[in-house]
Amino acid sequence: MNQAGFPLLSLITWLPLLGGAVILSLRGDEDVIAANARWAALWTSLIVFALSLLLWSEFDSSEAGFQFVENVPWLPEFGVGYRMGVDGISVLFVLLSTLLTPICILASWEAVRKNVREYMLVFLVLETMMVGTFCALDFVVFYMFFEGVLIPMYLIIGIWGGPRRVYSAFKFFLYTLAGSVLMLLALLAMWHSAGTADISVLLHTQFPTNMQYWLFLAFLASFAVKVPMWPVHTWLPDAHVEAPTAGSVILAGVLLKMGAYGFLRFSVPMLPQASAYFAPLIYALSVVAVIYTSLVALAQTDMKKLIAYSSVAHMAVVTIGIFTFNIQGIDGALFQMLSHGIVSGALFLCVGVIYDRMHTREIARYGGLAERMPAYAVTFMLFTLASIGLPGTAGFVGEVLVLFGSFKVNFWLSLLGGSGMILGACYMLYLYRRVIFGRLTRADLQSILDLSPREIALFAPLVLLTLWMGVYPSSFTHFFENSVSAMVVQHRAAIEGTSRAAARASFPLASRMVVPVAQNVVH
Amino acid sequence: MIYAVAVLAPLFGSTIAGLLGRAIGDRAAMAITILCMILATICGETAFIQLVWGGAPSSEIRLADWLSAGSFHVSWTLRYDTLSAVMVAMVTFVATLIHIYSIGYMAHEHKPVARFFSYLSLFSFAMLMLVTANNLLQLFFGWEGVGLASYLLIGYWYEKPSACAAAIKAFVVNRIGDLFFAVGIAMIFFLFGSISFSTIFAAVPQHINDTYALFGTNDRAFEVIGILLFIGATGKSAQIGLHVWLPDAMEGPTPVSALIHAATMVTAGVFLMARISPILEYAPIALGVITVIGGTTALFAATVGCVQNDIKRVIAYSTCSQLGYMFVAAGAGAYQVSIFHLITHAFFKALLFLSAGSVIHAMSDEQDMRRMGGLWKKIPLTYTVMWVGSLALAGIFPFAGYYSKDAILEAAFANGSPSAIYGFVCGVLAAFLTAFYSWRLLLMTFHGKPRADRDVMAHVHESPVVMTLPLIVLAIGALIAGFSLRELFIGADWHTFWRGSIGNAAGNHVLARMEDIPAWAALAPSVFGLLGIALAYYMYMFATDLPGRLAARFAPLYRFVLNKWYFDELYDLVFVRPAFAIARLLWQVGDATIIDGVPNGIATLAEDFSGQAVKLQTGSIAVYAFSMLIGVVLLIAIFLIFR
Repeated sequence: MNQAGFPLLSLITWLPLLGGAVILSLRGDEDVIAANARWAALWTSLIVFALSLLLWSEFDSSEAGFQFVENVPWLPEFGVGYRMGVDGISVLFVLLSTLLTPICILASWEAVRKNVREYMLVFLVLETMMVGTFCALDFVVFYMFFEGVLIPMYLIIGIWGGPRRVYSAFKFFLYTLAGSVLMLLALLAMWHSAGTADISVLLHTQFPTNMQYWLFLAFLASFAVKVPMWPVHTWLPDAHVEAPTAGSVILAGVLLKMGAYGFLRFSVPMLPQASAYFAPLIYALSVVAVIYTSLVALAQTDMKKLIAYSSVAHMAVVTIGIFTFNIQGIDGALFQMLSHGIVSGALFLCVGVIYDRMHTREIARYGGLAERMPAYAVTFMLFTLASIGLPGTAGFVGEVLVLFGSFKVNFWLSLLGGSGMILGACYMLYLYRRVIFGRLTRADLQSILDLSPREIALFAPLVLLTLWMGVYPSSFTHFFENSVSAMVVQHRAAIEGTSRAAARASFPLASRMVVPVAQNVVH
Repeated sequence: MIYAVAVLAPLFGSTIAGLLGRAIGDRAAMAITILCMILATICGETAFIQLVWGGAPSSEIRLADWLSAGSFHVSWTLRYDTLSAVMVAMVTFVATLIHIYSIGYMAHEHKPVARFFSYLSLFSFAMLMLVTANNLLQLFFGWEGVGLASYLLIGYWYEKPSACAAAIKAFVVNRIGDLFFAVGIAMIFFLFGSISFSTIFAAVPQHINDTYALFGTNDRAFEVIGILLFIGATGKSAQIGLHVWLPDAMEGPTPVSALIHAATMVTAGVFLMARISPILEYAPIALGVITVIGGTTALFAATVGCVQNDIKRVIAYSTCSQLGYMFVAAGAGAYQVSIFHLITHAFFKALLFLSAGSVIHAMSDEQDMRRMGGLWKKIPLTYTVMWVGSLALAGIFPFAGYYSKDAILEAAFANGSPSAIYGFVCGVLAAFLTAFYSWRLLLMTFHGKPRADRDVMAHVHESPVVMTLPLIVLAIGALIAGFSLRELFIGADWHTFWRGSIGNAAGNHVLARMEDIPAWAALAPSVFGLLGIALAYYMYMFATDLPGRLAARFAPLYRFVLNKWYFDELYDLVFVRPAFAIARLLWQVGDATIIDGVPNGIATLAEDFSGQAVKLQTGSIAVYAFSMLIGVVLLIAIFLIFR
């Protein structure tokens, strides 16, 4: 069937749902159910993670195309099938999702006290949806998972969230749904034109340029909200603030990546001309996002909101990288997505640690924690530095590769897009100073406890990954190296194809202008 | 091999002290960091000696892969050539002495100091990575690493708000330069397709005439690169404009200041200029800019140093000024001279800071010179070494500074371009001011009547031997480094010493022409230096009321200089306050009102509309019947009209 000899991807995708069914069947006292639900969820997610490690070790990174492919006819007369498969671009996101889920379950161990069974159930459903999104090779299946993510996330925010949870949950749901409807239209149009819903076929289908423009805009509507890009980012801070810690971790760690993944899976390879045409728009929105949201982050008084805004700025670097259409840029964007998944997830966990103790996210309520919580101070410092993009941590690699990639496009793009380096240092160090440094003056902080063994277990893998990704990033980049360079080559060929066609259509100037740029930009 | 040990041993010490410091205790942490530093020093010096006299070939020591993306490959590789080896030898030596000194200086801390030693070693490691980098990204790793370590050390006393503010300021101001540096690296990759030094330097001839369109005009690409990297150096080396973090860095413990100012951190920018000299040599405009900024900084910082009252602040501004000299030399094309001054400066500046620390230690943490005076009999050893340091700083024969500073000014004069002459003039004037503020410091601190209260004076004592021993070693260095290294670094045989690790263009004969400059130009810095000392003696020993009268007479000028030319206030007004104001505006108006206003407005609209629509359903049969009737009439009318 595939390298693993059995449908590994389907197993990773659907196993959490099975675990959910087990949780649903639990009976007994409320406390017993809660305890069993926790353990069942943790074990399920750990087994899923172990399976995805198998995926990681079996994955052949020298191969640019899809692997572990499963293809079961579903609606054959409509060209729709249950198709699963991963390539270098998606495989690490599967791992990111399966890594963060057990961490989130562990993080909710004591923080979630009401409806524990339902909470764990919803989390496992969420895992299925996330993994499915990254594995789907048929856009009907993709759309199902992509939209399916909304439901558990909506519930997590709406039920287990903070005081304004209903407003935030609605905002999150409506924003995302509004964009997705347009994406559905685009997918239908593509299906109508190509006659199949198979993503691997659509990747090599040439759509007419005029049609591409409309398709691109429809995809943009959906993915831009998900990333989120400026100016459709305002659902994110609200959702983060109200979501429980684990919800924020998944939201920042995985859900935001779906938008950027969509750009990489659909927009850039399927709509090359339109992507190139609209790239300046993306650059402009991204540069605005970097500067605008970094400044807004500086003014925040709520820790979670600050980190949420920093996420918008970091994801803007990702969108710049994707639309540079060269290897450094896209590699950097992918790396930035992975590192942001780890680092921002960890930062939300850091906030969660002190929120669990003091039940406030107000920055002004803290100060001088270094005195009482040295281990926490060190952990928080590491992730702060990674968020700033200090060399040797995960955050640096993506940022610097995008900087290199964007320089090939334009000097100012790389300078302004890189300005997050400065502004990021401002707001993160300012946050750290107000929370950790200074004199411990508040009476209620005097007895605050340092990290518990459970919390250390949460942070340990993330700390290791952050350093590993910074010191030896090659062990991650080689997974997507070949897929990305294949995509870049294909994109260049498509663009040169149009410029040759344009040249034939008596535009001698255009060919002279476009071709050198394309050559410059690729390697 | 031993070279790699020299670089990595401090990292090992730092990790052990940092992670296990609480478990193994302060003494063990100190022991392990210092042993690692001593090991690094032995290896560093050996590597240097082997390279220079032992006939070891220059080489590249590859440790591991780092990063690759398409045609972009970077590895962790140590570069073993003269420039790197000189820096390694100096950094390990000075940093080890500072470690040892810190045992005594930090002895009175109430909290565990393992963290402090861990940071010190981390600082040394980052600097060693910087100077041994074989590619620009690894250099950037060290570059950011020293930024981090300085942030941690300046903010070491994290309970002090001023220390936290200074730490953030240092990091952020450095980051501004770093962004330009990073973009400069990106441009080098764009142009050369590689960022590894050997590849870049070999390809320089092919790219000399490349152009790059910035601001719509075609500029020479090397000029753009030179300027971008120089802006990076400006941040790290505290040149005018981005110098504001350096004086505030005083908030850290004094050994940190010594480390920042002498061995690590601020010299990185000068080192970078020497490292990329093969490119800079073909960027005359960039070189001109470097000279002018360097000269201006030398003079500007010297004026500020003349009126400061905090003993460490005076020395801090002197560093700023001396770095300006080094940039003048680099800009004049005499990179070897700038490295020469960097090395001699490392000795006497570490000496000055550590002896200032010894004074502060003796005075129970008093730093204001107005409350010192009359100390020389009580702490004679500190007094003596401070003299040595000041003589070296002022460039008095035969101390170290005499050789290197004179060489810089000779090189600037020999270069002869308008910018270099500007650098020369600034340098000579700054030499006068340097001597003046150095003796002002000496006289205010050690001479005259004691101005401290009696308790403090009774407690004044010479520092313990772990502190005085490094002082003596550094004093010897400040005395002999000049004449013993001069021949090697910039003598007739400099080619065989540097072995091409610093690039000089074919037409660059500055080093050769230094000997031929007129006698008056060669003597000017020494004469001006002696005049400065004489003036300081006159003002602070004989006419002691003169400084006060001058300050009152020229009050606006005095306030201008005392307030450091109002740079901090200006930046606060132009950058910091507006940034926070704009941030609040964007958040509350941009996000909350405008961007959120649209969806919230649509929601309200829909709600209102449905509220109105609901009212149509009144439940009254009569109303329904009546509206049906109107509908029928309308339909019939339409039908009749369009039939």
